[in-house]
Amino acid sequence: MKKTLMATALATIGAASALMADPADIPLVIEGEEMISSVKAPDYIPGLDTAYSGWLFRSEETQALEIDDFENPGMPAVDYGLELWSTADGSEGKSCADCHGDISEMAGVRTTMPKVNENGELWAMEEYINNCRVNRMGAEAWKRIKSPEMLAMTAAIGLQSRGMPMNVAIDGPAEPFWKLGEELYYTRVGQLNMSCANCHEDNYGNMIRADHLSQGQINGFPTYRLKWGGLGSIHRRFKGCMKNIRAEPYKPGGPEFLALELYVASRGNGLSVETPAVRN
Amino acid sequence: MKITRRDAVAMGLGATMVAMLPLRVSAAGEEAVMAFTGGAEAGEGDITLTAPEIAENGNTVPISVAAPGAVEIMVLATGNPSPEVANFKFGTASGGAEVSTRMRLAGTQDVIAVAKMADGSFIKTARNVKVTIGGCGG
Amino acid sequence: MASGVKPRVKVPKSAAAGDVITIKTLISHKMESGNRKDKQGNVIPRSIINRFTCDFNGANVIDMTMYPAISTNPYVEFKAKVDASGEFKFTWYDDDGSVYEAAKSITVS
Ligand code: HEC
Ligand code: HEC
Repeated sequence: MKKTLMATALATIGAASALMADPADIPLVIEGEEMISSVKAPDYIPGLDTAYSGWLFRSEETQALEIDDFENPGMPAVDYGLELWSTADGSEGKSCADCHGDISEMAGVRTTMPKVNENGELWAMEEYINNCRVNRMGAEAWKRIKSPEMLAMTAAIGLQSRGMPMNVAIDGPAEPFWKLGEELYYTRVGQLNMSCANCHEDNYGNMIRADHLSQGQINGFPTYRLKWGGLGSIHRRFKGCMKNIRAEPYKPGGPEFLALELYVASRGNGLSVETPAVRN
Repeated sequence: MKITRRDAVAMGLGATMVAMLPLRVSAAGEEAVMAFTGGAEAGEGDITLTAPEIAENGNTVPISVAAPGAVEIMVLATGNPSPEVANFKFGTASGGAEVSTRMRLAGTQDVIAVAKMADGSFIKTARNVKVTIGGCGG
Repeated sequence: MASGVKPRVKVPKSAAAGDVITIKTLISHKMESGNRKDKQGNVIPRSIINRFTCDFNGANVIDMTMYPAISTNPYVEFKAKVDASGEFKFTWYDDDGSVYEAAKSITVS
């Protein structure tokens, strides 16, 4: 069983590998603003020469959905996030806006996530938001992966940084987390015994089944996926990829996925934030 | 070597396509056309249906239809559990029989557009859309 | 479904008399097709927006019937001809009886 599955997976990639199709070299311009959709990969990522946005690997029709905000199906969720931003919640009767002011004050925040907090823990956007909700507003935490509110808020905050280059820190207190992330990225797991790198580093540009493999960058999250019919988070996507290789996924919000998020984000340092991106 | 994305997608799909059944309009699809035309034959004419050759996901497939002079357009997806997609009636303030929307396709199939012209005649056109992941269910 | 449904419309602010303009509309709605099953295997009942209309100064621009094959967050783009300043009215009809409305004015010179 195990052998057959693996053979199938590899054969499907293999069959198309003769193509070695480059991501098409076309500019990504969203609402008149040109994004950095390809950039020289950082030196600490020896496996990549150039970092490419996942947008470049999508079909023309899927691409078109991301370049016009009106047509972007993720935008209604952003509207919802903006509404939540100024809605009071919890025992303190406060809204995000009461402390943070206009949401545009969040410009730049997405580019540095995930990052190490004051207590030395690695937190992603979701943890920072829930910390404010629970400890500053007296409100309930939003569920990390399924909550429409969390997705709407991370999308609305992410949008404030759209166009700005990803810039996560990998040194200092972040270093041990980054190292763990790197290790996880290259560790083969699951019945198919594959690592993230087997697909997203060794085979990007190739076809797997009917899908055009990208580098698995996360600069566009949360992204609207046509398959999901809604926005989805980084950890949900990681989970899906692990399930595809028949591996037991790590826990969303857990230390492994957070470390992996930091490492994957660093592979795309320099790419523009595209939140909310649209993928198939 | 540089290959366009479209070529890559098409070539990658090759193997999958061979296994697929030949296409034909479902009985339900034919019935829906007949109901729309009242049994009249729909001929060829100035009607354009724009849809991707290959849709990356059947959940959201963009389509546009234009039929200058039409008073009503019906769109059908012949391979869906039920073929009806949408029906558009153009009123007196319309700027022309031209619309775009997004639809779900359960799999590779023919999409049909039928237009009713101002003189009561009907014209139609069809396009095949290949779907890599079905949009119905799951 | 009446909660959380939000219409968005895009209409040019101004135009010249006799112009044909493009209008874009989108409404957030899950468009539950009635073809899906939940985890227990029960069919999730159909719940869609079944009709969308746009009128300009009382005259109809488009009257659309939607079926479950229309995607989540229904998007419709169409053309209108404007001869005088006025107001576009947009109406979406939900299976559950709810009606969602939006309006946008245009200055025609
Ligand atoms: C009672 C005041 C208060 C409220 C209400 C509040 N926050 Fe905060 N928030 C803070 C403080 C203080 C910090 C830490 C200092 C900073 O980075 O601004 C912070 C930090 C953050 C950060 C991390 C920013 C960064 O650059 O590291 C995010 C994201 C955030 N808040 C989002 C939210 C959201 C979303 C809400 C509403 C759901 C919210 N906050 C409500 C006070 C508040
Ligand atoms: C068997 C091949 C395979 C493996 C192994 C794999 N993925 Fe993926 N991944 C895919 C495919 C196919 C897609 C969808 C097409 C694309 O964007 O590459 C995808 C998409 C993604 C995306 C979305 C990219 C975007 O632009 O939105 C991310 C992020 C991602 N993968 C991360 C990972 C991580 C992290 C791992 C390791 C835990 C992993 N993947 C392992 C096949 C794989």
